[in-house]
Amino acid sequence: MTPMLSVAIGATLVMYALAMLIALVRLFRGPRAQDRVLAADFVYVVGTLVMLVLAIRYDSGMYFESALLMALFGFVSSVALAKFLLRGEVIE
Amino acid sequence: MDIPWHEVVVAALLPTSGAVVLSAAFGLLRLPDFFLRMHAPALAATLAAWIVAFASIVHVSARTGEPSLRAVLVIVLLSITVPVTTMMLARAALFRQRLAGDPSPPPL
Repeated sequence: MTPMLSVAIGATLVMYALAMLIALVRLFRGPRAQDRVLAADFVYVVGTLVMLVLAIRYDSGMYFESALLMALFGFVSSVALAKFLLRGEVIE
Repeated sequence: MDIPWHEVVVAALLPTSGAVVLSAAFGLLRLPDFFLRMHAPALAATLAAWIVAFASIVHVSARTGEPSLRAVLVIVLLSITVPVTTMMLARAALFRQRLAGDPSPPPL
């Protein structure tokens, strides 16, 4: 791996981390519950992208599986939270 | 300097996706209304995810010498799940705002 690629990967990860921090600001500030759920879902999506970038960084196929798992769990948790906001309970 | 061409492609694509994700986060922070804010994360789930998947395909294919399409699986999963999440969240937000007596969607 050339230094150019590792610098590019580092810059990308820093930008992702900054985006996650900004989303955390929105998560803590609110103002309502749906804003917090939206910010948490965004953090999950960016986490999936981080896993894909780490798969490039470490030349490992294992990170693809963890990216799939993160996408799946993010979907399940966001849908459960949205359902909770809609009805007040997750499973009716 | 003999930099392999695929590393140039990957090194150009990855910071682009980082910038897209960062602009999506700024949209999430700065847009004034919830229904406007819902538009911002779609940027990360579509454009940035496609760019990263393409970079990953180029990198792994060039390293192993055979086409590798595993990153497409993540794209397929994201493009199935993200619209469902967005729809559910929009309906929940609309329901809650109407329950609270807000005129929603708000007048422009």
